[in-house]
Amino acid sequence: MAKRDRMSGNEAVATAMRQINPDVMGAFPITPSTEIPQYYSQYIADGLVDTEFVAVESEHSAMSVCMGAAAAGARAVTATSSAGLAYMWELLYVAASSRLPITMAVVNRALTGPININNDHSDSMGARDSGWIQIYAETNQEVYDNYIQAMPISEAIRLPIMICQDGFVTSHGVSNIELLEDDEVKEFVGEYKPENYLLKHENPLAVGPYGTSPYYMEVKRAQAQAMKDSMPIILDVAEKFEKLSGRKYGFFEEYMMDDAEVALVVIGSSAGTGKEAVDRLRAEGKKVGLIKLRVFRPFPRVPLADAMCKVKAVAIMDKAESFSNSGGPLFNEARSSLYDLPGRPYAINYIYGLGGRDITVDDYYEIFNDLFIIHETDDPGDVYRYVGVRDSRYEEGGFDHRKY
Amino acid sequence: MTKKINEAVEIRWHGRGGQGAKTACLLLADVAFNSNKHVQGFPEYGPERMGAPITAYNRISDEHCKVHSNIYTPDYVVVVDETLLNSVDVTKGLKETGALIINSKKDPEEIRPLLKGYKGRVCSVDAERISMETLGRNFPNTPMLAAVVKVSNILEQEKFIKDMRESFRHKFLHKESLVEGNMKALLQSMDEVKVG
Repeated sequence: MAKRDRMSGNEAVATAMRQINPDVMGAFPITPSTEIPQYYSQYIADGLVDTEFVAVESEHSAMSVCMGAAAAGARAVTATSSAGLAYMWELLYVAASSRLPITMAVVNRALTGPININNDHSDSMGARDSGWIQIYAETNQEVYDNYIQAMPISEAIRLPIMICQDGFVTSHGVSNIELLEDDEVKEFVGEYKPENYLLKHENPLAVGPYGTSPYYMEVKRAQAQAMKDSMPIILDVAEKFEKLSGRKYGFFEEYMMDDAEVALVVIGSSAGTGKEAVDRLRAEGKKVGLIKLRVFRPFPRVPLADAMCKVKAVAIMDKAESFSNSGGPLFNEARSSLYDLPGRPYAINYIYGLGGRDITVDDYYEIFNDLFIIHETDDPGDVYRYVGVRDSRYEEGGFDHRKY
Repeated sequence: MTKKINEAVEIRWHGRGGQGAKTACLLLADVAFNSNKHVQGFPEYGPERMGAPITAYNRISDEHCKVHSNIYTPDYVVVVDETLLNSVDVTKGLKETGALIINSKKDPEEIRPLLKGYKGRVCSVDAERISMETLGRNFPNTPMLAAVVKVSNILEQEKFIKDMRESFRHKFLHKESLVEGNMKALLQSMDEVKVG
């Protein structure tokens, strides 16, 4: 039986954690993820769970605690944001290559420079090549649902997983949610029974040894294969979750795409605002659609490209800048996935929402308008664009995008 | 294919850090949830300082609210600290079909000239006095929340009063005087709020 409730995204994650009752949590506070270990410590103090909480002195140690626990055969979790995630960087790669299924709640916040506590995706996008599965949420409900699906995915394929949500927007915003019963969640997630682990005396093993040249590359190839192999597992877990909750998940959600002429591809809470723009433009008779990407790692290259090919022009939205002079991380991968397909749409990039810059329904109107112009004129113009920024380059028109 | 447009009632709160405008905003989300509404309650975050202007928002509707942006054209604006009128453009974007609700000893007609030509309803309530009389301390939250519910009519008033009693009972489990004090503040504010 589902329970109707209202809570913030952070409380939703902490609630999912409580229902799962993992073995070990290693965590260090950082805004806006702080509330997760805070709520969870309260649950421990109240005797609701018997997780071993390790209060560490840094995120580097938080991840080390999780790695040690996971290597020993325990279910280990943590939560972090921004600079905290950056401070784990070195160990993210070690956790992934050691094939330790750690679950991390990431509350997305801008990386420092200049310092900022608000939401963008620069932290987890920066960690996109570390070998972790990454799943993003639009709402409190989705982050709760994603968290419950995290361990069955991660433990089946032995890869660590990040369950991401937008800092403050969903992490601190209170809204309606449907919770599953504790025993339903426990049964869905199941007991963690690793095949091999450090404390298994029948099969002594080493975790994290030196990878000499004759072996290193095979380790990496195996990780890449695991990332591929996680794709059917992600869908399988989503299907089982739908049977339990009635809520459907996939690699991405297609919103009003069937007869759409132009569309957005967007990650996270801003997809909700985008859907509202789609609703309003549809009411005006405009054929617009939206694709909300849920799973960024592994990147659903083939199905996403097929979905984008339904339209004539697509705007790919990045809440992170990669200073590549060729657009943000989602743009580069999504656009590249279209390369081999005949009848591919024009694909342009918008960098938006950095450091908490708001994106509104009106901003999306502007973007859809640009897409219709591209569709009508058959000219994509500069594909690397910004929205919602004070930008002198556009005002002065002094830069020739065809040259550089 | 077209979609029905979901019309949410949008509320913007202006207060100062430490006054509890965020708490009042989350409390409103709570009571609206209890009336089977879909709710959003979210403060605008930044480096927080006691006394600095803060903004918080509510969306309340019969269906799931998809929008995750801030609110730029609110139906109602609540000003928890009237000194903000000097530094914040509180009626910016406020719909004229809506209302401004301010914590002030002044009458609505004395407030209106300070509002840059806002033509909608202006409502005032002396939340400080009500709070001092009922709770003995200046907690403007409860009276302001009550005034919003009274003026906006977004919730069924009898149910709101009943739900708030429950909510206070839960919150102040071992402090019966605070339950009664807050209930008095609530009813008094609903009674006293002046609509101009």
